[in-house]
Amino acid sequence: MRIAICVKEVPDPTAVKRIDDGSHRLVRSGENTLNPYDRHAIEAAVQIKEGPAPDTEITIVTMAPESAGRSVDRALAQGGDRSIHIADEAAAGSDLLGTARVLAAALKRESFDLILLGQQAADSECYVMAGLVAELLEVPCVTQAASIELADGSVTVKRQVETGYDTVKAQMPCVVSVSDAINDPRYPPLPAIMGAKRKPHEVVTLAELGVDASTVGAAGAATSVGGLSKPAGRGDTIVLEDDGTAAEQLLAFLVEKKVVA
Amino acid sequence: MAGIAVLCEVQGGEVARGSIGVLEEAARLGAALGESVDAIVCGSGLDDAKLAALGGFGATTVRVADDALLASGIAQPVVDACATAQEAGGYRYWLAAASIMTADALAGLAARLGAGIVIDAVELHAEGGALVTRRSGLGDSVLAHCGFTSTVGVVVTRANAFAATDGNGGTAPVERFAPTFRAWSQAVTLVGHEDAVETGPDISAADVLVAGGRGLGDASGFGQIEELATAFGGAVAATRAVVDAGWYPYSAQVGQTGKTVTPKLYVACGISGAIQHKVGMQGSGTIVAINKDKNAPIFDYADFGIVGDLNAVVPQLTALVKARG
Repeated sequence: MRIAICVKEVPDPTAVKRIDDGSHRLVRSGENTLNPYDRHAIEAAVQIKEGPAPDTEITIVTMAPESAGRSVDRALAQGGDRSIHIADEAAAGSDLLGTARVLAAALKRESFDLILLGQQAADSECYVMAGLVAELLEVPCVTQAASIELADGSVTVKRQVETGYDTVKAQMPCVVSVSDAINDPRYPPLPAIMGAKRKPHEVVTLAELGVDASTVGAAGAATSVGGLSKPAGRGDTIVLEDDGTAAEQLLAFLVEKKVVA
Repeated sequence: MAGIAVLCEVQGGEVARGSIGVLEEAARLGAALGESVDAIVCGSGLDDAKLAALGGFGATTVRVADDALLASGIAQPVVDACATAQEAGGYRYWLAAASIMTADALAGLAARLGAGIVIDAVELHAEGGALVTRRSGLGDSVLAHCGFTSTVGVVVTRANAFAATDGNGGTAPVERFAPTFRAWSQAVTLVGHEDAVETGPDISAADVLVAGGRGLGDASGFGQIEELATAFGGAVAATRAVVDAGWYPYSAQVGQTGKTVTPKLYVACGISGAIQHKVGMQGSGTIVAINKDKNAPIFDYADFGIVGDLNAVVPQLTALVKARG
């Protein structure tokens, strides 16, 4: 069985995030890391390989600048067998549709049985990439999977919806996004981290995927950001590291704000 | 392209309140842009009187696809229905209030139409004769003004961003249409459903909610959460992840697929703060987060955050609150 996992490199959550005033894009030049939600998708694939389908090959697919190699290695260390890294300056500034077009083009080149994604990207909080990619590939899609079972060329997924729990069956090939309830991702052992660099890495350009550069990236974006403003609402967040007095300081804050009498 | 289509979701035989809120917002937007607004409803065995009543919330016409394939809550047949409606209607914009189904359906529609898509929109404005959304970003610290360069624009609004009114009691004509279903949309089927069971107290009326997430470690971690909630005279809430894991009952779940709550005080313990959780509690008066992971997104929208071990902080806080009582 062949599983592809679409992963994203996101700014390190500890770094101060900033949107560029000129381009209105998130500045990605700082410390970056693998989207934490993607780790659940990788773990789900590893559990399939450890369980019902031992001959599974797990391919990590990402669209990111060339500098994202470390995040790709991170995904490989967690259980990927190989990676496809779409790195092309013309892809920079892609909106959701553009990103989906690039990922779909890379996925179409090969015949994957199952395409997994995390439930959302930690930076943009985008939770619709699975639906976009599935439609471009013209395959079934199930999102927010809390469990995945394989049988007879299909996946059976349990998912929580507004009215309770649905069990949904989709014929493979299909796209599944997994919720963070599906598993507790394991941290890779040191040898796996060391070994990731030696796994097959393929770096491809848009031209190699047959993607018309004018349909993706900033040039092909179907959405545009015309400006930025500050939302009304919450003030600054007070964040402190607990030194044994945090509970006292919190209570004093709540009393001062008259939340607690 | 002309007109605005609002995908309205049916849950339990009723049009979802979130859908009605977006329909009303679309009517205000449509008036400013000079565009009419159609409600697009997908389901099975839908009641004509309830459909016509969408006219009281701003729909000019209610266009209905009534088919058993559309009653499963699976998004892809709905993509087909929306695409069929688009062929006939030539809409300029598609809108929907985010739900598990609608977000996937409009993503699929955007991909099929080659239309730009904006998600998590919290405001809709008419600017320069076009729709320009406000899309929340960077942990709600910035609003990006997102518009479209494509001929059709698709917007998924944040759940609960637009509250519904009682409407003006008007009605609109109901027109039924037959979608063209694609093969891949029929290759995914609903094979089982369990209704959520309400077992605990109704948490939506509580003034104080103490909520637990995966960071509690296991189900026994809720013991100290219950003690803190009792000290505050409040109730206990939970995230989807711990409900799915069986640590706490569904009736306490806050978020996209749980309850929307607006207590005066919300204390999030061991909760990372995924968007599915955030949309259910962001209207809380004061938000406190206790998490050992300083990277947790919940710190972006808390008023007071403690980076530390909740097993130390929560009992201390419980004792302090009790001592005041």
